[in-house]
Amino acid sequence: MSAVIENHHDDHHHGPAKGLTRWLYTTNHKDIGTLYLWFSFAMFLIGGAMALVIRAELFQPGMQIVEPEFYNQMITLHGLIMIFGGVMPAFVGLANWLVPMMIGAPDMALPRMNNLSFWILPFAFFILLSSLFMEGGAPNFGWTFYAPLSTTYAPPSVTFFIFSVHIMGASSIMGAINVVVTIMNMRAPGVTLMKMPLFVWSWLITAYLLIAVMPVLAGAVTMMLMDIHFGTSFFNAAGGGDPVLFQHIFWFFGHPEVYIMILPAFGIVSHIIETFSRKQLFGYSSMVWAMLSIAILSFVVWAHHMFTVGLPLAAELFFMWATMLIAVPTGVKVFNWVATMFKGSLTFETPMLFAIAFVVLFTIGGLSGLMLAIVPADFQYHDTYFVVAHFHYVLVPGAIFSIMAAVYYWIPKWSGNMYDERLGKLHFWLSFIGVNVTFFPQHFIGLAGMPRRYPDYALQFADWNMVSSVGAFLFGVSQILFLFIVLKTVMGGKKATDQVWEGARGLEWTVASPAPYHTFTTPPKVD
Amino acid sequence: MSLKYFQNLPLKIFSALFVFASPMQADWFALNMTRGVTDISNEVFELHMLIFWICVAIGVVVFSVMFYSMYAHTKKKNPVAASFHENHKLEIAWTIVPFLILIAMAVPASKTLVKIYDDEAGDVNIQVTGYQWKWQYNYLEDDISFFSNLSTDMDEINNLVPKGENYLQEVDEMVVIPAGKKVRFLITANDVIHSWWMPAFAIKQDAIPGFVNTAWTKVDKPGVYRGKCTELCGKNHGFMPIVVKVVEQEEYDQWVNGKKQAAIQMAELTTKDWTAQELVERGESVYAVNCVACHQTNGQGIPGIFPALAGSDIVMNQKDKNIEILMEGVQGAAMNSFSYLSEVELAAVITYTRQSWGNAENGDGEIVVPKDIVDYKKPKI
Repeated sequence: MSAVIENHHDDHHHGPAKGLTRWLYTTNHKDIGTLYLWFSFAMFLIGGAMALVIRAELFQPGMQIVEPEFYNQMITLHGLIMIFGGVMPAFVGLANWLVPMMIGAPDMALPRMNNLSFWILPFAFFILLSSLFMEGGAPNFGWTFYAPLSTTYAPPSVTFFIFSVHIMGASSIMGAINVVVTIMNMRAPGVTLMKMPLFVWSWLITAYLLIAVMPVLAGAVTMMLMDIHFGTSFFNAAGGGDPVLFQHIFWFFGHPEVYIMILPAFGIVSHIIETFSRKQLFGYSSMVWAMLSIAILSFVVWAHHMFTVGLPLAAELFFMWATMLIAVPTGVKVFNWVATMFKGSLTFETPMLFAIAFVVLFTIGGLSGLMLAIVPADFQYHDTYFVVAHFHYVLVPGAIFSIMAAVYYWIPKWSGNMYDERLGKLHFWLSFIGVNVTFFPQHFIGLAGMPRRYPDYALQFADWNMVSSVGAFLFGVSQILFLFIVLKTVMGGKKATDQVWEGARGLEWTVASPAPYHTFTTPPKVD
Repeated sequence: MSLKYFQNLPLKIFSALFVFASPMQADWFALNMTRGVTDISNEVFELHMLIFWICVAIGVVVFSVMFYSMYAHTKKKNPVAASFHENHKLEIAWTIVPFLILIAMAVPASKTLVKIYDDEAGDVNIQVTGYQWKWQYNYLEDDISFFSNLSTDMDEINNLVPKGENYLQEVDEMVVIPAGKKVRFLITANDVIHSWWMPAFAIKQDAIPGFVNTAWTKVDKPGVYRGKCTELCGKNHGFMPIVVKVVEQEEYDQWVNGKKQAAIQMAELTTKDWTAQELVERGESVYAVNCVACHQTNGQGIPGIFPALAGSDIVMNQKDKNIEILMEGVQGAAMNSFSYLSEVELAAVITYTRQSWGNAENGDGEIVVPKDIVDYKKPKI
């Protein structure tokens, strides 16, 4: 009896446990969100270091720093780590922190699974990175791991790669299920679907995409495993298999994956633009419909990554038209953001700067995407640096800028302290210049004819490659400043108010700063 | 990493920082796609420019509105924000207008695509086969077949000597096609996926094992055109360029005859009596082109991926097994069949590996002559 009373007594001082076990055993959405964010930042630095190896090698023609064999390992790991270790876990971390607070829920619906889905991730990446030290080296077939280069011709470490992709997939699926269950069941009374903050909407859609396509990826790597170790010939032409089948399966996962990495960014940017325009978001319901349309269309455009594999004419036409169609809902989103800013009362704090840069640079990436959809022109663009420029424009100043914007925007709520605005702006400008100096010249290099995944190149590409490398180092070094700013904010600084930003709307701004360990244990009232 | 690289570094950084201070370097103006030399590639170029300018126009309109409100609607100038947040007419307009623009783009794009998708036989039909890391060209009508390898010196790649004008864009044997004729390429691969890209013809087709893709061109202007492999195919993906030489019909016919004569001479070599020394000399160059990428110059291979030939029991003592591996490849490994090489080349390269790196001293030292390969190829009972 007394034990029960004591337990009850403890409830009132329910804070985090002490020491390492707090992080190992935690089921608290805020702790797990923090873990995800720090993990993704660590991966961002590792993947970024690999990008700098690539750019250092490409600084000028000739082989200087690394061997072609190792270069291929770098491009492969850079892609895998940035996508599965950098961008995706960062968004899951933001979802953990924000979704419960935005819908007035006390925590995620499945807290123990939440702990599991995070803690298997470090093992996945430990396995992937350890392949660098294996005989034959790390995976060297590109992040798209096309068979048969990734099966018959792969180094032995490919088996570890497959295992690690399986773990990442399991983690993503668990995280996605958790988000869906939380949003569907734990909204405070009055938070109807069409009253949900856009970040919550974007994550609901993203989570469904994840649940739909991660098993497809798991299927693809399992078929590879069978081909490599159990004598099947799914992708081996000599055994009656079909190497193109691999690409169909991969891109059926891969294209929705692209939107998995951008939809949450749409949500984040909508909140930030609304706040710093001090004006309600323009066209909320059309924003929701646009995201739904993009998500649905993402399932019928996969073969635009495969225009050169020799598809029949009818398929080329279908996938070209379907791909072009995506420009319509994407355009609607951009127009809505601009209309939100129009006649607003704008200020330009760091999160707003990142959000505006997101809209401009993501639009540039979107427009080059439209160019890539035009099949005859794609025959010239495909697998050149033009494509590299395109997807880095949507992923770096797209997805990654949105994550940085989110950190600056919500860190006062998370830590209770304001970040240093001067340093934040400096970080923005360095990143902004770095990103453009790195990736804009890659459009030129690609159009001039340099293929991607080349460790060395002809002399006519030398000048702009050098510029691109200089930009990459500028961008890379600026991220150390980001780390410093975040650490400085966490450790102290000007105290944040509960409201933090004058124009901010939403339930997360109604709780104290820093947000208490447990929020909304009784649901808030929402009209 | 050569010392020279470091000596150049400050200079290179300096020139990189002062981009516009060096207008003499033409490479700064390599900003756009080039026009190409065929009707199709010109059409593709026009299409590219059309979409490009449409995208620029969209960008200019959207960003001007945005930058205007960043200028005019700051908190200072506009302390109280407007309250509008919905306008159905506007939403419908900016759904429909982009849709119409897209149709304007899709129509010419689809038309050009239909033209590209013409797979009637050509006047000249060439089978193109991608290998790690070279291209094979097979002229179907004239029974000509040869490999095309990168001819750039390793010393240029390793920065030991200055790089030539066509660095990484030159081959030991160009594909020759006649001007003004429809040439069809039948593109496939022997090992992994490659992609045959010739920008001047606007052709990019993946070379996929087990598939034959087609592409065609008709080039009126004689000249030398350079392209590249555009699908990651392993270690030397960046080192298997494509060079096509377009010549007038007369010159083309001469070239075809010359190739046929060379094939006859090669056949005669098979029956000649060879000494070990002759085979080793010939084998060294075959090795340098076909084997060195994996097994390395010193025959040591790369541990864990490509086995060493130096000290290998098969190379030292098992002549028959040695021939079999080159003819059949190794199942489930990167070692492919090299049966496409001539008998002389095969005998020479096997003999070279059996005589080099101390293999002859430590093994049986037997040589392989072209007749051994001919015997191997005879039907077995």
